[in-house]
Amino acid sequence: MVKQIYLDYAATTPVDPRVLKLMMPFFTKKFGNTMSLHRLGQEANNSVEDARKIIADFIGASPEEIVFTSSASESNNLALKGTAFANKIRKKNHIIVTKIEHDCVMESAHWLQQQGFKVTYLTVDKFGLVDPEELKKAINSNTLLVSIIHGNNEIGSVQDIKKIGKICHDHNVYFHTDASQSIGKIPINVKEMNIDMLTASSHKIYGPKGVACLYVNKRVLIEPIIHGGGHEKGLRSSTTNAAGIVGFGAAVDIFNKEGKKETLRLKGLRDSLIKKILKNIKGTRLNGHPVSRLANNVNISFIGVEGESLTMELDFNGIAVSTGSACSSKTLEPSHVLTACGLKPEEAHGSIRFSIGRWTKEEDIDYTVKTLIKVVNKLRQFSPFYHGK
Amino acid sequence: MANNFYSPETLKHFRNPHNYGDIKNADGVGEAGNIICGDVMSLYIKVKKDRHGKEVIEAVKFKTYGCAAAIATSSVITDLVKGKTIDEALTISKGNIVDVLKGLPPIKIHCSILAIDALGEAIYQYLLKHKQPIPKDLETKHLRIEKSKLNFQERYNKWQEATKKH
Repeated sequence: MVKQIYLDYAATTPVDPRVLKLMMPFFTKKFGNTMSLHRLGQEANNSVEDARKIIADFIGASPEEIVFTSSASESNNLALKGTAFANKIRKKNHIIVTKIEHDCVMESAHWLQQQGFKVTYLTVDKFGLVDPEELKKAINSNTLLVSIIHGNNEIGSVQDIKKIGKICHDHNVYFHTDASQSIGKIPINVKEMNIDMLTASSHKIYGPKGVACLYVNKRVLIEPIIHGGGHEKGLRSSTTNAAGIVGFGAAVDIFNKEGKKETLRLKGLRDSLIKKILKNIKGTRLNGHPVSRLANNVNISFIGVEGESLTMELDFNGIAVSTGSACSSKTLEPSHVLTACGLKPEEAHGSIRFSIGRWTKEEDIDYTVKTLIKVVNKLRQFSPFYHGK
Repeated sequence: MANNFYSPETLKHFRNPHNYGDIKNADGVGEAGNIICGDVMSLYIKVKKDRHGKEVIEAVKFKTYGCAAAIATSSVITDLVKGKTIDEALTISKGNIVDVLKGLPPIKIHCSILAIDALGEAIYQYLLKHKQPIPKDLETKHLRIEKSKLNFQERYNKWQEATKKH
């Protein structure tokens, strides 16, 4: 039996058994529709409101500022499209994003461009960080919204969102951040950090898939993108996913109690993995920022080795990771994030993301490094680009 | 191991590829692919006349940078080519490779073309070196590959230019 070591927590996490336990009654016994007036409905509704409060408190928002959605993709679509269309009457038609956003922000921005909105794509430095001065320069009198990812999903770089939010507010521009990867790992207070909208997702923090939220500050003018029965204060119609929301709340609640300690532990494991790979395998480089970095993200390029091959070999050895290689993508183009950071094609194709999590142990790190030494050497034997330099 | 993306045959060739490495003093070296797309293959051939005076590819090796499909197709083409005459080798098609692998995902079919191109280039170089006539198809193919190499060099240079500020 091959070992199974999961190092793809940034893709998705398993549901914490404690979370699952709290969710279970909502599938069978407490199955009511939260919009129903009867007790079954109201019981489910009360639990959803409890979860809303937990999540709001966790980020320093008010419960009525939390809109539940089906996914971070939906939340990001709502943030961009919902504000773009609602603010047409204010004649604000300019949106600023970065070149390292998640596809759901990128594609929403592209779509808005097709609808006649103007979009600026901010460049980043080699560590994947936005220059606040560049942002200032990009803002003009028509700028409505700035959307910048907090912790990058591929390279883990963490932006100074408090500073970015301040710039936005000084210019009277809305600030949205996609915190799907950072929530639970970095303390967030939306009021102190000048955030008007924030995306968070349940399945990245040991809650179930199919539920996420968008925090929307009361002052933000926004329209729904899903119309219907007027759920979520009219911002997101759909029968409430009570079981999912209860799970999301329970997942966040665990971070209230254990988050600080867990983040410290992850940072230790992360740094150990980085150090051991760079020390033991020649022709490697760390991608993303060395310090301003998500606690669970390690992204490394292995020169002379193609990422999809390496991912497959690691999988044969029981280790699950992701790659930014073109071969693994549907477009056959290397990751736009790595390209934006100035990586050469051969560096981008050889990149692997290791993302650790709640059940990663030090011995998993050691097994991973040991396996990497073996498989990287093996693949380099076939490679025309590596001659032991 | 279960993997629904690649066939068991592809995974077998990927994990234990045949004939990898290079040949010193090869009679022909064919290069295909480009680093921007992340697939680069070098194919080395050694040619010998058999007792009937026919030119036979007696040794063949590859070096490939690429995904599992690229490595598997490299391995398969070396199997298909070994022991064949030059004329026979030129009839090998991407379909032959895909058949051996019992199918490739549609997005990976280009990997089999890569292998065919590298083989064509190796034979082209051999024929050129030995001042032998080059079949018209092979000549056309060679010009196409040369052109695309230039094209990619240009794209690579642009890429370097664009990322210089980092």
